[in-house]
Amino acid sequence: MGIPYSYSFRNLWTRRLTTVLTASGMALVVFVFSATLMLAAGLQKTLVDTGSYDNVIVIRKSATSEVQSGVERLQASIIESQPEVAIGESGQPLLAKELVVLINIPKRGTNKPANVVIRGISARSLLLRPQAKLVEGRMPKPGSAEVVAGKSIAQRFHGGGIGETVRFGMRNWIVVGVFDAGNTGFSSEIWGDVDQLMQAFRRPVYSSVTFKLRDSSRFDEFKTRIEGDPRLTLEAKRETRFYQDQSEMMAKFLRILGLTLTVVFSLGAVIGAMITMYAAVAQRIAEIGTLRALGFQKGSILAAFVLESLFLGLIGGSAGLLFASFLQFITISTMNWQTFAELAFSFTLTFDIAWKSLAFSLVMGFVGGVLPALRAAKMNIVDALRAS
Amino acid sequence: MFILKLLIRNALRHKLRTSLTVIGIAIAIVAFGLLRTLVGVWYSGAEHSSASRLVTRNAISLIFPLPLSYKDRIRQIPGVKAVSYGNWFGGIYRDEKNFFANYAVEPASYLDLYPEIVLPAEQKAAFIRDRKGCIVGQKLADLYGWRIGDMITLRGSIFPGQWEFVLRGIYRGAEKSTEERVLLFHWDYLNETMKKTTPRRADQVGFYMIGITTPDLTAEVALKVDGMFRNSLAETLTETERAFHLGFIAMTEAIVVAIQIVSYMVIVIIMIVAANTMAMTARERITEYATMKTLGFGAVHIAVIVFGESIFIAMIGGAIGVLLTFPGARWIETELSQYFPSFSVSPGTVYLDLLAACMIGMVAAVFPTWRGATIRIAEGLRRIG
Repeated sequence: MGIPYSYSFRNLWTRRLTTVLTASGMALVVFVFSATLMLAAGLQKTLVDTGSYDNVIVIRKSATSEVQSGVERLQASIIESQPEVAIGESGQPLLAKELVVLINIPKRGTNKPANVVIRGISARSLLLRPQAKLVEGRMPKPGSAEVVAGKSIAQRFHGGGIGETVRFGMRNWIVVGVFDAGNTGFSSEIWGDVDQLMQAFRRPVYSSVTFKLRDSSRFDEFKTRIEGDPRLTLEAKRETRFYQDQSEMMAKFLRILGLTLTVVFSLGAVIGAMITMYAAVAQRIAEIGTLRALGFQKGSILAAFVLESLFLGLIGGSAGLLFASFLQFITISTMNWQTFAELAFSFTLTFDIAWKSLAFSLVMGFVGGVLPALRAAKMNIVDALRAS
Repeated sequence: MFILKLLIRNALRHKLRTSLTVIGIAIAIVAFGLLRTLVGVWYSGAEHSSASRLVTRNAISLIFPLPLSYKDRIRQIPGVKAVSYGNWFGGIYRDEKNFFANYAVEPASYLDLYPEIVLPAEQKAAFIRDRKGCIVGQKLADLYGWRIGDMITLRGSIFPGQWEFVLRGIYRGAEKSTEERVLLFHWDYLNETMKKTTPRRADQVGFYMIGITTPDLTAEVALKVDGMFRNSLAETLTETERAFHLGFIAMTEAIVVAIQIVSYMVIVIIMIVAANTMAMTARERITEYATMKTLGFGAVHIAVIVFGESIFIAMIGGAIGVLLTFPGARWIETELSQYFPSFSVSPGTVYLDLLAACMIGMVAAVFPTWRGATIRIAEGLRRIG
């Protein structure tokens, strides 16, 4: 027969201070564990959500980002005439020839400059990106020195708010609207008329051509034809793939950093749990002897102490996860090394991370508790009863 | 002396518990030390870059070039000793994973401006003579097993095509912190090719490096350069090399801040663990404290004993941690040499380590000390532990 579960729980309650201290040590570890995973997940979600599966982006061969790429006007027109390009309601192809460059603008508050993506859009750009919605003001008029700013830019950068001006390319550009593209990379961009921007930056080439596929399954056919065409030195990627590639380096760095830290931290927390459980066993030698004398088996004693330790881990894990979940309100903005551009993203809690964190805390509790529990179970009844 | 003996005896009473706590503290101190070093490495590029060299780039952002004609105009400014120029090439060796910095530069003036690039005279001459020549740092050469005379092919991500270079020299850094994972080649090679393939991108320079006669003139020269090109098609932004590097670091500041927060968090976690140990110890010894009080020891005595024991345990853990930090850092330096130019623990980090260990001991002792010092004799004696 097993020892009632309440025995384990009540033991924790009796020594509240120690329980709280040990559990909070574990809570911090779980907090760090889930926070780093959430950060990597947030980064990847942001960049993956930026693309749509049915959209194809065409950039110059071996360019890894739009900023490095260059697509000549002639080449862009060849792409436009391909049969795979979907046709919109007005009979025009759903295709956008865009210019993407970086400009330096200072951040609000710190005044430190950061690289911001400025995208020259054409008439159909918005149709290709249903995620982007205008939340304030209006879209820029074609042929004018007007721009719209993404939400993260409007909040974080000087001159990004509606009615303010940004200066670049020897001109002042008025921000006439703010758009929200949700948790995507577009929220960290400024958009303006492509022809105006090409003039201002004196760049007579586009950076990329994006279009919607008429039939999603015809991507491979299009890709082989375009990449085999001797007139074009371009490559085509699905938008989702393109943006995922851009997040790879950073996400990997975050994951390695997080993993290393978690391993080190968990060693500390496991030691903490072990100290607590050893003390719990040492204080209760007589009690354990009594239990054994009453007829409880070694296995039951082992189970009771392991359960106590697991429960300790669970308390810590839940508390850590609870605090980590508040991180979802925080937005981080940093430079993506692969594109050199500013990118804002937030911590994202997924179900996968939640269960991993809890499982991790249980493992910590188990590892910390199993040795002391073995010591308790192996005790000799007579010696244990004699201890006071 | 007597008290010290008592402290040590007390600390060794629960050998298992004490050693677990010491291990915990040692691990935390190692982690703390390595994280602080990582933050230091992040900034080391900027710290070791010269404050008397200026970088001029396009004011809009790094990706926009400047015309080559600016070179001679910058040279005319009083205080300018030498001007070199180059481009960030962004070439990829075989695969995106093999990332290293590669620049197209004007070789003679660039090497003059960078005395920290130490190159044997005959290799230097060979590099300058060969327009398709390149030089790499020792670490990079070791990483890919390159030897002088080898052919290196880079795939251009900004400048399309396959680019072939002949390795003419392998340089060493004058200081330990000098970056040795860089490939430098002739700007002329890049420019001549661009003239043939995309003429509109020819005669364009990514950045100018300016050497100043005396360091006090930097601010003045920077203002003059920027003033000279104001309201032109390509306005410039001139700053010291250090400021330029710091600007880059500031863009990834969020990550540095995160590492810093985490490095303090590890200390907090271990504080909790140590506090737990001390709380348990004090709880077990309440009767003893009461007995000592009966014998005439004052509250101060008991406070010193509890406090001292905690500091003693923490400092042993701290000392072990500091000793382990050095082999840890050396291991990182050799294993991850492609990410960090050097990973050496600074004396400041060691002091911070010891300070942190001391803090752990003190914070952990606060509550038990107070308990021990204020316990009433009758209450303590009545307790059956």
